[in-house]
Amino acid sequence: MADAPKKSLFTQIREGQVWNSIFRHGPPDNTRNRSLAVLTNVFLHLHPVKVRKSGLRLKYTWCAGGTTFFLFLVETVTGLLLMFYYRPTSEYAFSDILDLRSQVPLGIMREIHRWGAHAMVIAVWLHMLRVFMTGSYKPPREFNWNIGVLLLVLTLLLSFTGYLLPWDQLAMWAVTVGSNMARATPFLGNEGPGAALLRVGDISLVHAGDDARFALLAGRFVGAGALLRFYVLHCVGIPLVAAVLMAIHFWRVRKDGGISGPL
Amino acid sequence: MPEDSKASPAPSPAPAAAAAGEGVTRRGFVSWIGVAWISFSGAMGVASVSTLRFFFPNVLFEPPQTFKAGFPEEYIAGQVDNRFKESFGVFMVRNESSIYAIKAVCTHLGCTPNWLEAEYKFKCPCHGSGFYISGINFEGPAPRPLERYRIVLADDGQILVDKTKIYRQEKGEWVDPESFIAA
Repeated sequence: MADAPKKSLFTQIREGQVWNSIFRHGPPDNTRNRSLAVLTNVFLHLHPVKVRKSGLRLKYTWCAGGTTFFLFLVETVTGLLLMFYYRPTSEYAFSDILDLRSQVPLGIMREIHRWGAHAMVIAVWLHMLRVFMTGSYKPPREFNWNIGVLLLVLTLLLSFTGYLLPWDQLAMWAVTVGSNMARATPFLGNEGPGAALLRVGDISLVHAGDDARFALLAGRFVGAGALLRFYVLHCVGIPLVAAVLMAIHFWRVRKDGGISGPL
Repeated sequence: MPEDSKASPAPSPAPAAAAAGEGVTRRGFVSWIGVAWISFSGAMGVASVSTLRFFFPNVLFEPPQTFKAGFPEEYIAGQVDNRFKESFGVFMVRNESSIYAIKAVCTHLGCTPNWLEAEYKFKCPCHGSGFYISGINFEGPAPRPLERYRIVLADDGQILVDKTKIYRQEKGEWVDPESFIAA
């Protein structure tokens, strides 16, 4: 043991089996290994292997997409922490929100989550504006623009579903008003175009007790069922879909030729 | 089984034909695949519809859609009765000639208006829409009058309010005999 020339701890780790079972390429001291470092990593491979210098120019990209993703991570972490205290029932929801501020250590957790949500919506709009103004939606990036539009809608839906969870008067009426839009869904909402046509004799097939709004709220008005549904959609359903679409979005940035740059 | 066909001395298209001859013809295979796909699609369809149905609860913890609202004599002409506002979302109103049930949902964006006795009008707290005692809108953003529910007399002489049917003034439905009780 002591006969061999002493290797530094760093070298020992780098040459050890544990390290080499995780990173199966050599040290990133040449172009090939640096490429492999990106290509053989499930997280990094969504990102381009090489980034153009213009892609780092803040004046051109505003880093709005990156900011949005960062804020999504902030929301995921703070949201997960809030879930340890918050109970989505009409009995406890409002008092749990108050307790999160006054009784739970680090009482600004909900404020971070809330302000992060506002910032995320702003960042998404800035990202969309930047992409539009630089013409980055043009071929070959049309598909990714559409994925981006879906992500915009999901961001707004995350804000909307999260808005109900404090279970105060603002939340109740905002969601009452917002979900009234679902009444006007064509054919699926009881006040929507075409709904009046869906009837057998005198019996209306689409009414307040079985339309799109009813499925969303689990009832005819915003009640305990709506709170639970919005909670599940807010914490699991929408983030899951958004995560999948974000993976596609980032991967397509790479596949469509990297971050667009000045021509 | 492929071992057997390979064992034959002539490696030509013939073994394939022989294998087909063992019971699975091209036509039979294709039709079985067809049956399999139809069954699979059917099962997936049923599963999807059932899952969609899962989102529509059978039991609701909501007040019933119809309720008895006491006897006509309990209501005073020219007054709005608030007693069913909290529980059923209904204003009971009696004027000189009739009793009607106003749906307590603002026609602007769906908030619950309040009856202001001093100002003798319905006023929505959200965006300030105002309505006369009849339900006709006269101020604020509400685009049309408050709606009325079906109202009839039950066999025991009590008023029965049925929230599954609404009557709109702008459609000329307030003349319908079940949109009010003559009193």
